[in-house]
Amino acid sequence: MTHVPPDYEFVIRPTRGWFHLDLADVWRYRDLLFLLVQRDFVAKYKQTILGPLWFIIQPLLMSVVFTVIFGKVAKIPTDGLPPMLFYLAGLLGWTYFAQTFQSTSATLVANAGMFGKVYFPRLVVPLSSVISNLIALAIQLGTFLCFWMWFKFFTTAGSTFGFTSDIVWIPLLIVQISALSLGVGLWLSALTAKYRDFTFLSGFIIQIWMYMTPVIYPLSQIPQEWQWVAVLNPMSMPVEAMKYMFLGQGVVIPAYFAVSVGMTAFLLVTGVLLFNKVERTFVDTV
Amino acid sequence: MSRPIIEVESVSKRYKLGQFNAQTMREEVEQFFQRFRKKGEAAGIPHAPTNSSEFWALKDISFSVEPGEVVGIIGRNAAGKSTLLKILSRITEPTSGEIRIRGRVASLLEVGTGFHPELTGRENIYLNGTILGMTKAEVKAKFDEIVAFAEIDKFLDTPVKRYSSGMYVRLAFAVAAHLEPEILIVDEVLAVGDLNFQKKCLGKMQDISANNGRTVLFVSHNLTAINAFCHRGVFLDHGRLTEHGAISDVINAYVSSNLHNKDQTLSVFDAPRSGGDQKAITEAWVENKSGQVVNEALIDEPIFICYRFNADRILKNPGYGFGVNDMLGQRIFSFANYVTRGEPFADAKEGVVVCCIPKTRLLPGQYIISLGLGERGGVSVDYIEQALKLQIISRDIFGTGKMFEAAHGYVCVDGEISLRDA
Repeated sequence: MTHVPPDYEFVIRPTRGWFHLDLADVWRYRDLLFLLVQRDFVAKYKQTILGPLWFIIQPLLMSVVFTVIFGKVAKIPTDGLPPMLFYLAGLLGWTYFAQTFQSTSATLVANAGMFGKVYFPRLVVPLSSVISNLIALAIQLGTFLCFWMWFKFFTTAGSTFGFTSDIVWIPLLIVQISALSLGVGLWLSALTAKYRDFTFLSGFIIQIWMYMTPVIYPLSQIPQEWQWVAVLNPMSMPVEAMKYMFLGQGVVIPAYFAVSVGMTAFLLVTGVLLFNKVERTFVDTV
Repeated sequence: MSRPIIEVESVSKRYKLGQFNAQTMREEVEQFFQRFRKKGEAAGIPHAPTNSSEFWALKDISFSVEPGEVVGIIGRNAAGKSTLLKILSRITEPTSGEIRIRGRVASLLEVGTGFHPELTGRENIYLNGTILGMTKAEVKAKFDEIVAFAEIDKFLDTPVKRYSSGMYVRLAFAVAAHLEPEILIVDEVLAVGDLNFQKKCLGKMQDISANNGRTVLFVSHNLTAINAFCHRGVFLDHGRLTEHGAISDVINAYVSSNLHNKDQTLSVFDAPRSGGDQKAITEAWVENKSGQVVNEALIDEPIFICYRFNADRILKNPGYGFGVNDMLGQRIFSFANYVTRGEPFADAKEGVVVCCIPKTRLLPGQYIISLGLGERGGVSVDYIEQALKLQIISRDIFGTGKMFEAAHGYVCVDGEISLRDA
């Protein structure tokens, strides 16, 4: 270990207030962050035959189911796009959000045993979930692009869609989705630490949230005068923007987007502070 | 003189008892809004709990540790030892008080924290090392040493879920033992693993403190290990610091504190009998030289094994017997007045018998005392095979800084080693 300066001193005392966030400490544990990502990734598919292929199969199956149920049976329009592609594009951002939300919201309870025995900055664990889900997102993005090319060049629907130049913003969009899922996940994690009711709630939240988000339907299906309601959901714009960037169809209104980004920032900052506050003594109450 | 490496100042820790339910949640929400209303006057002062009862796991603890010291923390169950270690390791915060730490802390409160069963030994070494605060590069530099210490080189690429529990513990301790913090905090982790490995771990810890000048805080119920390994001690009792100082003083305080414990006097009336025709022995206990009832004794301390009997008839030429067995049931020694005393005792129906042993000379460990009561002609009146438990604690009786351990045999007899002119 590196040498400690002779005047090094660390004080342990009860902390009061909300603003004792030590991000430098998180940075010191960056090696742990990446090993946890590796652990998540490796451990998840150990003793499976298909391994990481599951990252591809899961959203594909979802899209097929959606195509049959929402496209063929319920006949929900898809903005004139090939349904399979439409659902895959919608699920791209949504799956990433939902997975990250679910793993970060379980952080404190799922790791209680470990947190009760050793100190490290707790924020490392949810951050590692964000990163390992990013890898899954990258794999899904690759799958999506294969389908995109197939539909573009080998089917008659090829002329109905295409990239828009706004696709250059995709990294920022992913950053926003990460921030949002982390923020909401940390909120729930902090609440779950003391009252397990929120565990049950988080399952519901994510299900209902999906139907409130334009994943299986386009935002254009909602009457204009009601679209502002949909926009109170901070995931609406990112999901719609994702479809717009890849397929050229979608309702993206800058003012609405600003609202979504503002809500994301608020949820992230308050989520981190609340988590940080709860984390300090949570082993006593878990 | 350098400053203390750890300074603990009036640290207290309160736990809330009871369940968290709708009521505690309502209280919390109310408190939250009250704080906003009263902002300015009472901000920052922790609110008094209203309904839920509370429990002080630690109360006003203060002590300091100098660099390079090995400090043993002893106390009975629920004395607050683990809570103290958790606060020192930053796992939870104190309710009040302050601790200054002048060095990095690595704590080993459990072996194998963060081990993932699906990952291989190799992967877990890296993961566990970084969880304990090392960087990946530091683990890499120590990797071969860790593997050699754990003796698992053949199984390095096998998932740890297939490890035997011994291999698992060895690997886990090996990772932790190769941390290089200024302060190492170790909870009762050595209770796991076989005897050989326990020794290896203790040796490693001794090495850490003696050769590298690091500070070690060590919690254990094993007084022999504490005595052998620590320079100073902290004795916690019901969350309060009862004694703090040289290890021998602290251990003495701990051992003699048992006198408050009435449980040491055993009513053996209902104990299972292995002989005799009646339940004549009603009570049994061990005293130290001050007449205090104890269940622990130092290796060279006088002890008095006592029992009270009340028979249904007057016993003619009564026989009183005492035996001491080890935990494996092997008889180490016994006393019987037929053998040790020329004159017979007077006939008696009831009384208290005392067997005085000036020095037990037993090596440290747990022993079982059996009691017998008989009559003329070898008639057994009452016999209890497992009446009392006695813990013998080692001590530096030769003034050499070294002492006997359980592995050295059964007893420690008088004698010395010298050279004769050839």
